[in-house]
Amino acid sequence: MLKKNWPVVALIALLVAGLVAPLATGASPVGFYVEVLLGGLMTGVLYSLVALGFVLIFKASGVFNFAQGAMVLFAALAVARMAEVMPWWLAALLAVVIMVILAWLIERLVLRPLVNQEAIALLMATLGVTYFLDGFGQTVWGSDIYEINLGIAKEPVMILDTLFQGGILVNKEDFVAAIAAAALVAALALFFQKTPTGRALRAVADDHQAAQSIGIPLNRIWVIVWSVAGVVALVAGVIWGAKLGVQFSISQVALKALPVVILGGFTSVPGAIVGGLIIGVGEKMAEVFLGPVLVKAFDLAGGGIENWFAYMLALLFLLVRPEGLFGEKHIDRV
Amino acid sequence: MLYRENGQFKTSYAADQQMLPIRQDQLFMIALLVFAFAVIPFIASDYLVRAILIPFLILSLAALGLNILTGYCGQVSIGHGAFMAVGAYAAYNIAIRVPGLSFLVVLVLAGLAAALVGMIFGIPSLRIKGLYLAVATLAAQFFFDWVFARVKWFTNYAPSGSVSVPNIDLFGFVLDTPQRKYLFVLAIVALFALIAKNLVRAQVGRSWMAIRDMDVAAEVIGIRPMAAKLSAFAVSSFYVGVAGALWGFIHLGSWEPLAFSITLSLNLLFMIIIGGLGSILGSFFGAAFIVVLPIFLNQAPTWLGIPISTGMISHLEFMIFGALIIFFLIAEPHGLARLWAIGKEKLRLWPFPH
Repeated sequence: MLKKNWPVVALIALLVAGLVAPLATGASPVGFYVEVLLGGLMTGVLYSLVALGFVLIFKASGVFNFAQGAMVLFAALAVARMAEVMPWWLAALLAVVIMVILAWLIERLVLRPLVNQEAIALLMATLGVTYFLDGFGQTVWGSDIYEINLGIAKEPVMILDTLFQGGILVNKEDFVAAIAAAALVAALALFFQKTPTGRALRAVADDHQAAQSIGIPLNRIWVIVWSVAGVVALVAGVIWGAKLGVQFSISQVALKALPVVILGGFTSVPGAIVGGLIIGVGEKMAEVFLGPVLVKAFDLAGGGIENWFAYMLALLFLLVRPEGLFGEKHIDRV
Repeated sequence: MLYRENGQFKTSYAADQQMLPIRQDQLFMIALLVFAFAVIPFIASDYLVRAILIPFLILSLAALGLNILTGYCGQVSIGHGAFMAVGAYAAYNIAIRVPGLSFLVVLVLAGLAAALVGMIFGIPSLRIKGLYLAVATLAAQFFFDWVFARVKWFTNYAPSGSVSVPNIDLFGFVLDTPQRKYLFVLAIVALFALIAKNLVRAQVGRSWMAIRDMDVAAEVIGIRPMAAKLSAFAVSSFYVGVAGALWGFIHLGSWEPLAFSITLSLNLLFMIIIGGLGSILGSFFGAAFIVVLPIFLNQAPTWLGIPISTGMISHLEFMIFGALIIFFLIAEPHGLARLWAIGKEKLRLWPFPH
């Protein structure tokens, strides 16, 4: 087992080594290190949420949904703009309705006519959806930077200052966000495991034809799955928007969900969560601790390696373990 | 009535296998080339040449490159904007570090540099395919965006990070007017299109298509997947690298790393979808479509007298782009090239229904 998987083990060992190196070599104070770690985890939660939407759709319909990022942006814009005239929770509820309608439209206008096409045609179609949603969202909701105010204090709180020198600064908002994300994942797990609809969804994910032959309506399942993905996108959008403001760049940063699902496995919900956290922490650590070293060594004009770190990590993983950490192993000759 | 091959008998294999077997097609192609080389430079306005024809030709070349990989070999790439960047920056660095080198040599070297990089990022294609590969090429995109923005050597320590190049001197013939640039680009694109057309008809092209259609079967009949895939990556990146060098040196003149962002990669992908996957002609149709559509969308409100802000236009452009892509995928998955072929088929029978 170990012999066969040595590249994976080596890669993970390298990652772990990179993770503890700043601490072990004493290059950074403990408090600062933990802050970076927490910041990375927070970003990771956001990546996880976007990746979760990806995985849900991929499992149920085999569609590689490039538009997940655009859906996050669209939902966030909707909440941000509607929250200007009503309480934010009402805006969020309305946005849920909008996302369900959107899911229905996508199923009707895009997926149904393209049924039985190759996966690549469907990928291109979701690219089209991405462009459309980016344009449509900004036409309807405007293209400035908007804020989502959830009414949580933004001041950082100092904790554990008795334990290390300097303590650790954490955002209360981040904690709420992490809890919200965890609650969402738990709710989804319950929905998938305990409700009849969830069972139907899992059946479709396992085998389209078998599911159809026992009378599960595929079209309706797809609408439901896209709606659920839309709601996940909404939660991600609200958290993201509350943290960093709602703007166009969300749509592109959300592309990082792609390396996350590669890392975690295309068909694995836990994989999306763990992958998101690994990538979030990894890129933040790389940026903060590896970045300056690289800048010094190669005389670069600034860091910014977090822009590609996730993709390169995914590329390495593809080479040693294409099915991801938790994905189903399929034998597929290339 | 006119477009008929009646009476055109082939008496040798060479005649049967030529690139354009129907005489009317040959005449049309000759007329098109004469028109493009000898007439357009004299009748087209500077604006038309500079803002439409030159970008159209260069993007056609890039789309052609991507089509070789995605359309003919079936390997999806969302990173071809990065390979264009590699071509452009390679050309820039070769041009400033080796003064006096002919631009033609620079162009070939830039293409080779891009081909090398393309092959390196094509290595994952030996183990993975389809959507996974798309993510691998996406890594190339973001990595090179970063490399050219941050590594000062590539931009020759320019403080702003953007580079600019002088007009090209080709054996004493300076490419300074839009018309001259156009002729140069046209010659290159025509040459590369001819090579591509013949490559895909040759053994290597057939092996690409075999891999695309069914890789296991292709392997069984003796095609080496590694050679086929890597050669597709190399040729494709070579084309795209040359296109990138032309884009930088002739179309832009001065550029910054953002000029080759993921938007460009996606646009290239759209070109070959709309134009037609696996079609040389389709690459040209797609490029024309993508170049002309934004200009049209920008102008249309003014023609119609509807006041729309430029911001709104760019959003509408996104929407129309997205909607059109979905429309094309549903209505005609084989793109404009297929419509062209249907039109030709109909023309052969016209005016009779069968």
